[in-house]
Amino acid sequence: MTQPEPTPAVFVRDLTVAYEEKPVLWDIDLDIPQATLTAIVGPNGAGKSTLIKTILGLVPAAAGTVRIFGEAYALNRKSVGYVPQRGSVDWDFPTDALDVVMMGLYGKLGWVRRPGKAERQTALNCLDQVGMADFAKRQISQLSGGQQQRVFLARALAQDARLYFMDEPFAGVDATTEVAIVNILKSLRDAGKTVVVVHHDLDSVPTYFERVVLLNVRLITSGPVGEVFTAENLQRAYGGRIAFLDR
Amino acid sequence: MNILHDLLFDYTLRNVALGSAFLGVVSGVLGCFAVLRRQGLMGDALSHAALPGVCLAYMLTGSKMPITLMLGAAIAGWIGMLLILTIIRRTRVDSGSALGIVLTVFFGLGVVLLTVIQKRNDANQAGLDKFLFGQAAALVQEQIVTMGIIGGVALLVVAFLFKEFKLVAFDPEFAGTIGFSPNRIGTALTGLLVVAIVIGLNTVGVILMSAMLIAPAAAARQWTNSLAKMVGIAALVGAGSGVTGAILSVTQDGVPTGPAIVLCLSLCAVVSILFGSAQGVVWDLVRRQRSRAAMEAPR
Amino acid sequence: MSSATQIALVALAAGIACSLAGVFLILRRMAMMADAISHAILPGLVAGYVLSKGPNILVGFIGATAAGLLTVVTVEALTKSRRVKQDAAIGLVFPALFALGVLVISKYLANVHIDTDAVLYGEIAFAPFDTLVINGQDYGPQSLWVLGSLVVINAVFLATFYKELKLSTFDAGLAAALGFMPALLHYLLMTVVAITTVGAFSAVGAILAVALIIVPPVTASLLSTRLPAQIALSLVIGGVSALVGYGAASLWNVSISGMIAVVLGVVFFTALLAAPRNGLVAQALRRRRQRSQFATEVLLVHLATHEATPEQAAESTLLHIERELGWSAEQSARISHNATQQGWVTYADGSLALTGEGRRVATLVAER
Repeated sequence: MTQPEPTPAVFVRDLTVAYEEKPVLWDIDLDIPQATLTAIVGPNGAGKSTLIKTILGLVPAAAGTVRIFGEAYALNRKSVGYVPQRGSVDWDFPTDALDVVMMGLYGKLGWVRRPGKAERQTALNCLDQVGMADFAKRQISQLSGGQQQRVFLARALAQDARLYFMDEPFAGVDATTEVAIVNILKSLRDAGKTVVVVHHDLDSVPTYFERVVLLNVRLITSGPVGEVFTAENLQRAYGGRIAFLDR
Repeated sequence: MNILHDLLFDYTLRNVALGSAFLGVVSGVLGCFAVLRRQGLMGDALSHAALPGVCLAYMLTGSKMPITLMLGAAIAGWIGMLLILTIIRRTRVDSGSALGIVLTVFFGLGVVLLTVIQKRNDANQAGLDKFLFGQAAALVQEQIVTMGIIGGVALLVVAFLFKEFKLVAFDPEFAGTIGFSPNRIGTALTGLLVVAIVIGLNTVGVILMSAMLIAPAAAARQWTNSLAKMVGIAALVGAGSGVTGAILSVTQDGVPTGPAIVLCLSLCAVVSILFGSAQGVVWDLVRRQRSRAAMEAPR
Repeated sequence: MSSATQIALVALAAGIACSLAGVFLILRRMAMMADAISHAILPGLVAGYVLSKGPNILVGFIGATAAGLLTVVTVEALTKSRRVKQDAAIGLVFPALFALGVLVISKYLANVHIDTDAVLYGEIAFAPFDTLVINGQDYGPQSLWVLGSLVVINAVFLATFYKELKLSTFDAGLAAALGFMPALLHYLLMTVVAITTVGAFSAVGAILAVALIIVPPVTASLLSTRLPAQIALSLVIGGVSALVGYGAASLWNVSISGMIAVVLGVVFFTALLAAPRNGLVAQALRRRRQRSQFATEVLLVHLATHEATPEQAAESTLLHIERELGWSAEQSARISHNATQQGWVTYADGSLALTGEGRRVATLVAER
């Protein structure tokens, strides 16, 4: 008897997404195994952010299937954490770092219930994990770019999810923050969590991640970095055009 | 002491002050969310859009009951809101243009309807056009009670859904991923804005309503970095300016209530932008000056 | 000239002058600035009245224009201070100025005739009676002279700075680099908007002058994407709506300025629904038509993606396609039927296969 394959954390089949009928993702098939650290890379306009936003139900799919731990996303919201791009919010908003991190607990709290002492403590612990405990009461506009990114990461930690999606968490952060974030990602993976990161720095892919998804509107390839992160595949993702006629 | 006595026992002053204070609290609270979601001018557009609703409600029912006119205003404001959101979401027209179109077209329709009503020439129509500038001085107890109930319900909704409103105002995308639909919650917030406007039409009128929403929020933001405190301060600023404006208009000759309230609010906003403890321009300059001095000082 | 003709001409001139001023304002996404400027007219008139110690048309005009520009400058200063965002800055400045105007009128000028209502609604019907008289000679309605001059001024402004305005609107950085001084152009444009609003308010009222500035260019932008066509359409929409509005108002004996705004609204919402490419109806029809074509393309790309891979056989069955693409049985049958009809796929034993032509189409589609 063979052991059944464990359910993949993310299971995508034939996913096509279009804005105004103009396809931005074509027929994506993708499995992301549990407890792995995966980078999504590809040129600008490749649909990297769109892919994770579609998986999260923020962008409607034109066709295809998405499963999170074998179920529809709406049934599994509480197992998923999300770090949006830092530029997607107004950092002048009147709130402090601790309050932003507590927002990560709102999903579990549900409607109307307010966060209390326990939630506060959880949020403080999460800030501590990203090395931001001293900035808990700091107005968010007074944080540096790297610190803001760490606050977002702490908010995701507060979600206590099994699967994380992060959109460009390394964009515009200082070197210290970058190292801190990488360490957190690795410890998440070691704790059995699955982490999927939209990433733009090709050089750091082999050191930071164990799996990679190469994307350029269509899926170029996905798999362990050692196997698929090759010059030829990168050429296919970033350089040459792909034609079915070549076959 | 005289004024205090009058506030409690003078029928007119008490009503005007109470009504203006109510309005200040409700519009101060809801204005915070509107300003943070960059919908500050939505209030201006929707208050103008309410005018034809008031006229139609009167033409259809012949009644000047506050609740009837408010309902008409609310329905027209709500239609205006849906049109604005449709234009923004479905075409490439920018939000400012969408606001401007609904504002001017609805207002034009209101002006047309006002002339129709005037032609009917019945004595009862007098005062409908007071919705333009409000008629705080003519507020009666019945109106105050209606305003209090409607405004109270709006404030209760904000109290219950404070967490959800904050989340959607700050990070709508994240809210969507954890199951709080930003579209639905956003529409609810804008709907509550219509409530504040409907209350305000009686008091300060169509044109000055946007100041009731924006100025308290803009002033409050300068004193705090916490949304809860900002909402509280905005309510205080709104209520304080409401009462001050009411007192000025009742005790001084030829001072209309609406403009008096708005000028108090504007003064609060200017003082706050200059001296606010969280973001004030002056403290910022002082801090910068000090750090420069410290850097230049010989070690 | 009969007074009806005179009123019609005034309305037409207002429509054309305002549309001309509005085109670039709308392209720069500053519609609400026109609203703010229009509200500043009242305090400007009051200031002019106080300064010249009595009614003086020229001083009033200058005062109102200056108040409009003061609004623009204050809003920009507030926005630059980064204490408030732009929309809040607009909403702070114009009510304050307007309230000040109303207060001064009712406190100090109560016995003077500055009719607040007239500033807001205008009284175009009075236009024929307010004539320009120089040395005892009657030269016709004053507002016709004012608005006629504005048509000329605005047309000359647009013609002279067309290229510069276009460049600084779409790429301010490049315009600055080329030495076109976008900031100066910006204030020139704001001045044009301010004098147009001030010139038009006595005829159509402040708020409805804004309608004439905003609605025609926005409607034109729904109908065409080309700038020259947008300008021409704005002029036609502004002029015709003004005339039709006047006609309808005379017919039903209602407010002329209000009716012009209503006609503008009818034109806008008709365009919103029925514009040939961008209208809501055209959007819905296109989406329906494209959805079936798009579904066929999704099928072709799906088959092409898995062609010559180990999974080809499994991925090509109708059953698999139905399940994985998230289509109903009826949908996938219809879509495969459509693709077969076009000669793009062949069907045998519950599986689909691309034809040569189908492969070519899939490649074209995927590279689009």
